[in-house]
Amino acid sequence: MRRLLAKNLLSRPLTEAPPAADEASLKELAASVTRAARRRLGRSLAIREVDAGSCNGCELEIHALNNAFYDLERFGLRFVASPRHADVLLVTGPVTKNMRQALERTYRATPDPKWVVAVGDCALNGGLFAGSYAVVGGVGDVIPVDLHIRGCPPTPEQLLKGLLALLEGQRRPAVRS
Amino acid sequence: MPALIDIAKNSRKVKGHHPWPRAIVTADTWRLTIQKLADGAATLLGLWGDAHAVHMALLDEGPADIVVFTIECPDGNYPSVAKQHAPAMRLERTIRDLYGLKPVGLPDTRPWLDHGVWGVKHPLGSHRRSSAPPPAYAFLPAEGEGLHQIPVGPVHASIIEPGHFRFTANGETVVRLEERLGYVHKGIESLMRGASLQQAAQLAGRVSGDSTVAYAFAFSRAVEAALGIPVPPRAVWLRALMAELERLANHFGDIGAICNDASFSLLYAECGILRERILRTAYGCFGHRLMRDRIVPGGVTQDLAPDHIPDLRLLVELLRRRFPELIEIYDNTASLQDRTVATGTLSLELARQFGAGGYVGRASGRTFDARKALAYPPYDQLGFDVPVLQEGDVNARVWIRIREVEQSLKLIDQIIEALPKGAVRADLGKDRAGEGMAVVEGFRGDVLAFVRVDAEGRVARCHLRDPSWFQWPLLETVIEGNIVADFPLCNKSFNCSYSGHDL
Repeated sequence: MRRLLAKNLLSRPLTEAPPAADEASLKELAASVTRAARRRLGRSLAIREVDAGSCNGCELEIHALNNAFYDLERFGLRFVASPRHADVLLVTGPVTKNMRQALERTYRATPDPKWVVAVGDCALNGGLFAGSYAVVGGVGDVIPVDLHIRGCPPTPEQLLKGLLALLEGQRRPAVRS
Repeated sequence: MPALIDIAKNSRKVKGHHPWPRAIVTADTWRLTIQKLADGAATLLGLWGDAHAVHMALLDEGPADIVVFTIECPDGNYPSVAKQHAPAMRLERTIRDLYGLKPVGLPDTRPWLDHGVWGVKHPLGSHRRSSAPPPAYAFLPAEGEGLHQIPVGPVHASIIEPGHFRFTANGETVVRLEERLGYVHKGIESLMRGASLQQAAQLAGRVSGDSTVAYAFAFSRAVEAALGIPVPPRAVWLRALMAELERLANHFGDIGAICNDASFSLLYAECGILRERILRTAYGCFGHRLMRDRIVPGGVTQDLAPDHIPDLRLLVELLRRRFPELIEIYDNTASLQDRTVATGTLSLELARQFGAGGYVGRASGRTFDARKALAYPPYDQLGFDVPVLQEGDVNARVWIRIREVEQSLKLIDQIIEALPKGAVRADLGKDRAGEGMAVVEGFRGDVLAFVRVDAEGRVARCHLRDPSWFQWPLLETVIEGNIVADFPLCNKSFNCSYSGHDL
């Protein structure tokens, strides 16, 4: 183990330079999040992930954000265990009817101000599962959504761009729609 | 007692079901078959509903052979399998929820996937509107002095899928765990009905995201069996390449995550790096990190360009170089071994009874691996071993994964070496109907796909059975007598799919 640790200390870090914040995301956020809310959230965001019906593909890529290449925590973004500790809900999946109540309760348990980021094509509008007897639809059909990150699943880089827009948006003056 | 295949021969065989026979059996033969399951003379491979009928897929493990028995139930009743063979329990509760067919004698009549909020009853059967408020779910009782309950979920503390666990504990020790699943039920089998083969393949690839290759592989093979379409050899080999890359990525993810649940984050970080390398190579070779929608009925949608072969070789070389030192750390860290050895032990008997697939079964003495036992192409032409252990604990499930990583690397070597040339996609033709079934070994275990294609080339019925169906109930048994804090370890060592199970 010592050999591995020493080798890691002496080799170059794998962590890559961050991508630029996604412009489309910035626009979407500017319309939905007030400047006051941004100021209060500061530069550090606690994220609570909620799977509201996904196939678990999005979860795999969200997990990848924690690996050495993307190292999400260097931006002050970290995943927390409870909605009560969270600023951001990262919600995946078409919302199934069986998960609707749990999602609503999780949203209510998250203190204000809060943001909701819907991750994946299913979270936008139900994706391939839209129209099923067991599916409500996209996340926006159940709780208010501030930002959508598309993809099936979105790559860690796409996720990072969207999440960086959350931080970036706080530094730029808000454009009210 | 007659062999399965002889029972099939003496029953009304259904024409056009490939490659294994399907026979319509009488209630007496159905009961005789249940007896065989209860006696351990056959393994339950699947049990699913249809319009006024129930199908049961059975595996004879001797020389591996598969038959499907169908019982017609015009009055909506059929003799329960679970009454004598517990592994059928949740499958029969599901048939009841989705089709309204009644398994006579079913010991547990609580609904399973139906939480009472769909607005319809029996969505695949009568599709009756229902606005009754959801009834409270009655958890099984556990009584005794000093017992307390710990409800967990459906929203869990980390980035995982939703499900509810009801623990009853005495102090630290778990007395009973009861799972309640179905939260991510998306109604996939109803969306399948009437879908084009292309749409259906996409749906199949979204049953369980971590097994998107295995599902697309199984579904495509079932369609090809139904329609009698030969797949170009190059596509067959590329499918296996994707399947092994998927297995590698998931095994590295799991090994790291199990160590992380024992608070050993070094291996989590190191395995995460190797997993990311695999996904990046997959992206380079096939244009998608999880290789989603790359396998379709008839072949694959993307050929492997010759200039990506060196990338694959580099990846295999890197994994071979880096992995041994990680295994050494796993094996030589006493604090880690303390958590994984003798924790969450699954008995050989239960693994056999439930026909547990994948690392869960193979860590508990079950030798079944669909790649070997059913030898579907190209695995019939490839050399590899199926590692089996007898200990059945978390440690054994880690070691099966470690050994399977080595085998997958060996397989990738052979695939790159002998990859046939030529086309990668065959034409499906038109206006062909049929029924087909396929079993494909995903990283988690065997995925079963059954499909009926109608004369217009649309899906009339498709059933996809995740290996988790026979693993989830076993997780309940292995945690018994362990401490609550070891549950994440046990759970991660099983890594059952919620979405694959809930459909």
